[in-house]
Amino acid sequence: MINKVVANAEVAVQDITDNCTLMLGGFGLSGIPENSIAALLKLGVKGLTCISNNAGVDDFGIGLMLKTKQVKKMISSYVGENAEFERQLLSGELAVDLIPQGSLAERIRAGGAGIPGFFTPAGVGTEVAEGKETREFNGKMYLLESWLRADFSLVKAWKGDTAGNLIFKGTARNFNPMMAAAGVVTIAEVEELVPAGALDPNHIHTPGIYVQRIFQGVNYEKRIEQRTVSS
Amino acid sequence: MSLDKIGIAKRIAQEIRTGWYINLGIGIPTLVANYIPDDIDVVLQSENGLLGIGPFPKEEHVDPDLINAGKQTVTMLDGSSLFSSAESFGMIRGGHVDLTILGAMEVSEQGDIANWKIPGKMVKGMGGAMDLVASADNIIVAMQHVSRSGDSKLLSECTLPITGLNCVKKVVTNLAVLEIVPAGGFKLLETAPGVSVADIQAATAGKLIIEGEIPEMQLT
Repeated sequence: MINKVVANAEVAVQDITDNCTLMLGGFGLSGIPENSIAALLKLGVKGLTCISNNAGVDDFGIGLMLKTKQVKKMISSYVGENAEFERQLLSGELAVDLIPQGSLAERIRAGGAGIPGFFTPAGVGTEVAEGKETREFNGKMYLLESWLRADFSLVKAWKGDTAGNLIFKGTARNFNPMMAAAGVVTIAEVEELVPAGALDPNHIHTPGIYVQRIFQGVNYEKRIEQRTVSS
Repeated sequence: MSLDKIGIAKRIAQEIRTGWYINLGIGIPTLVANYIPDDIDVVLQSENGLLGIGPFPKEEHVDPDLINAGKQTVTMLDGSSLFSSAESFGMIRGGHVDLTILGAMEVSEQGDIANWKIPGKMVKGMGGAMDLVASADNIIVAMQHVSRSGDSKLLSECTLPITGLNCVKKVVTNLAVLEIVPAGGFKLLETAPGVSVADIQAATAGKLIIEGEIPEMQLT
């Protein structure tokens, strides 16, 4: 079996250069590639275009890369939890492309699956549809959306094996599987890295073919945005 | 006496039928889950990849890998399932979700909804709202009848950027239950306790359709 293991996050991201397009998995702060983000901060690359459902919070996740002004453009569906993001957007330092969440997920899926475009009803009649082709199917209007792909995809899984097979946990799966397939180079960090053969093939969510590099993550904070409990 | 948020949630809960898969938006819609009668079996969908949202966890069971679309920690139920965001919106777009309940800033008498952007102020993004309203057959809006500045939120046409066209079926506000009729207009179905038809007329800028005696909501 091909061995995809690299030593750590620093080694995994070392060839990411200025002005790359990155995909980063996660919904809110759940399932984000914490170690790869930390390594990018250390690497100091700039001018990045980041495709991620959210933009982190001020002091965690992609918010850390906004603070260091490494991000030129965000492609997201919801960015409402981040004051520094708002400041940079209003001052013109940062560009943002807001995309309906389902269209974002499907555009990424399409990128990985080799489908350059697809029709969706989301956004018909809204500013999202401006400049896009529309077409009627069975009496309903749809608009043409195109695929998204990235130079590097940074994903986070619960378990992974040396062959790059991944298993996600809970709602930390979210955008990670589609992004794994849509990156030219996909870097997976996992909470538990095991030898090939240790994971049941029936349980694999992302097959190793999509993963070029995998490493054992460390020191996961897994911050919670809205801790809500019942008494 | 207009309804509070809990009153709106309780009234919307009466719309729910057994066997439905339901997506609840953030805010008042989330509260609806607390008032679904025990004998009604439904499954709640969270667009970040969970079918079968359970109650908030006890402190010792909080799991950062298990959140709802509002980023709140939740639990799963017997029979819950997990999936990716692409799968999640596949089931939304594919029409497999029976009811979507969401908040709004404006609704038009054609059933258009605006709830994602106020130009010149912070733009947070539409999240999953555009996908949900473009795909669901049954959409109920939960909102206040008038804005904080006193303007009606039920209009002949939306003034804010649109989230979706011709999609809202019903609106439940602090004053009334209204149905959007195909020809255009808000048909008054019920008044909130102690609220007069005249109060509702005064608070509705769009076309209000009043036919016969309007019953008062029955809330327990």
